[in-house]
Amino acid sequence: MIGNILLLSMREIRRNVLRSILTTLGIVIGVAAVIVVVTLGAGTKAQVQEEISKLGSTMLTVFPGQRRRGGAAQTAPPFEIDDVNALRRETTLLSSVAPMSIGRKMIVYGNENRRSQLVGTDREFVNVRNWALTAGRLFSPAEEQSGKSVCIIGLTVRKELFKDEPYLGNVLRIGKASCEVIGLLEPKGQVMFSGDQDDVVVVPIKYYQRRISGNTNVDQIYVSALDDDLVPAAQAEVEMIMRERRPSQPGAEDLFSVRGVQEMSTAFQSSTAVMTAFLSAIAAISLLVGGIGIMNIMLVSVTERTREIGIRMAIGAREKEVLLQFLVEAAMLAGFGGLVGIAIGLGGAMALAPLLNVPFIVQPDMMVMAFVFSALVGVVFGYMPARSAARLDPIDALRHE
Amino acid sequence: MSENELSERDHEGPVVAFEHVAKVYGDGEMAVRALDDVSFEIHAGEFVAVMGASGSGKSTTMNIMGCLDTPSSGQYLFKGVDVKTLSRDQRALLRRHYLGFVFQGFNLLSRTTALENLELPLIYRRIAKAERRDMAMAALNAVGLENREHHTAAELSGGQQQRVAIARAMVTTPSLLLADEPTGNLDTARSQEIMELLARLNEDKGLTIVLVTHEDDMAAFARRTLVFRDGNIVHETRSQAA
Repeated sequence: MIGNILLLSMREIRRNVLRSILTTLGIVIGVAAVIVVVTLGAGTKAQVQEEISKLGSTMLTVFPGQRRRGGAAQTAPPFEIDDVNALRRETTLLSSVAPMSIGRKMIVYGNENRRSQLVGTDREFVNVRNWALTAGRLFSPAEEQSGKSVCIIGLTVRKELFKDEPYLGNVLRIGKASCEVIGLLEPKGQVMFSGDQDDVVVVPIKYYQRRISGNTNVDQIYVSALDDDLVPAAQAEVEMIMRERRPSQPGAEDLFSVRGVQEMSTAFQSSTAVMTAFLSAIAAISLLVGGIGIMNIMLVSVTERTREIGIRMAIGAREKEVLLQFLVEAAMLAGFGGLVGIAIGLGGAMALAPLLNVPFIVQPDMMVMAFVFSALVGVVFGYMPARSAARLDPIDALRHE
Repeated sequence: MSENELSERDHEGPVVAFEHVAKVYGDGEMAVRALDDVSFEIHAGEFVAVMGASGSGKSTTMNIMGCLDTPSSGQYLFKGVDVKTLSRDQRALLRRHYLGFVFQGFNLLSRTTALENLELPLIYRRIAKAERRDMAMAALNAVGLENREHHTAAELSGGQQQRVAIARAMVTTPSLLLADEPTGNLDTARSQEIMELLARLNEDKGLTIVLVTHEDDMAAFARRTLVFRDGNIVHETRSQAA
């Protein structure tokens, strides 16, 4: 029987192609929106994962943490260079340790200027971040010792400030200080949660402390475990060493915190989860509106086709056959709309992905779900019109003008 | 009654038997007695005309005969089945297997080809595609519309549409073909053709036909005429040809 009903429904849809297309427009738009959102969302997620590995999956960041005093949270005392040295001295599981003091500063060269990230650190920085130089050289131990005014720049700074001019050996101005460019970092590109990584100027930590911050603080310490598998053990070791150096009162929280890149990405993903939920809600609403559109047209169609329903009944269609025909029609319309929506959504995502700089990743399970869900919308919203068609009295229906 | 019992009835007696059938619409003060007390029988192979002015009860008779409606009192036996005891769906099955309808307004599905219109009752009877097509083409041949199978209703003249409707009613070889004012929308020449077609189907194929009309010319094609007035049969004639 279902084969026959499918045939009858198919003929009915074909009889009124334009109206069928318009009926499904809401579903098409809804499903297309869902597919675009989901596809781009998956692309973003994949990109974040990739960037985490770019940042280095073995990397841990040590923050000074917070100290609670009478309920109010205060930042704990900052690290000093001795903390870095202690970690270097005592560790067995870390491959490298680097101090990090970070600030956004106005960088000037000639007539060009730009607010960029200024990082005070030492040679170990490139090891921790797994970052290489494309030109020039790293700080020498002597330069680090004396806090000499030398700097290594990222690609963005080079492009924006020097254009095509030579940069090695030229002098940048950072506030009242200045530094000679001695190296260029290889490009790392955009990272979702810390912006353009190449928009950076790296100076010796001593220079940073003396000329920029005017104190002996080290804002953060970057450390790198020997191996991916050793990250938890390395974290425990760092915590043990730091706890010794920065004892907190018994029962109180540590006066520092150690975070992995993974945790940073978790934080990022929870914020994208909110975004995804929000967009999904919009998509759900558009599907709902699409469903109401189908119900609307099906109701009109039942009225318009009253006579036809009468003919079918006179010929011998039972109630459930009329009901099924209208239900199948609605489901086919909605399912067809879903398919078109999936195609448009994929096309849209494919066009948008390069603009948003995310990879285009097809999600087959989401496509199946979108299709099934749209057909379901057809069944749910088609039920009421179908029932009113099935309950028509054949005599009245035949008399209908 | 199961679907098989409804679809495979061998019945010796009359196709249609009205026994003191009355039909009342509404109740109390507003009640309208459309049929008062009607009894008659129609046997296989007959060609009967039902005549009467509007409001005489002929349409009600037609609806009851077509299992679209049930009597308020009395009994209507279709092929020996008391229709009043059947559910809506069971009556639909009776119509599917034994009844064909031809209406004044043709009632073909619009934007649907002649062939697809003819296939409709066969689809409901779940006849396989190849056989369905052959039966539909044979019926189109029988009404003289071969080569028109791919024309839609809108592309056919009124007379041709009514021929398609007749083909649709007889494609299942029903036990009873009900024609409700089939020539009401046609000119004289076309009406004549349609009536000749019905008469031929009755003679050649033994199709049992009940024709509702208010025109004597059309009723003349039938071999028996029932005249209704105020819900009763007031006159019955049989032509010599029978």
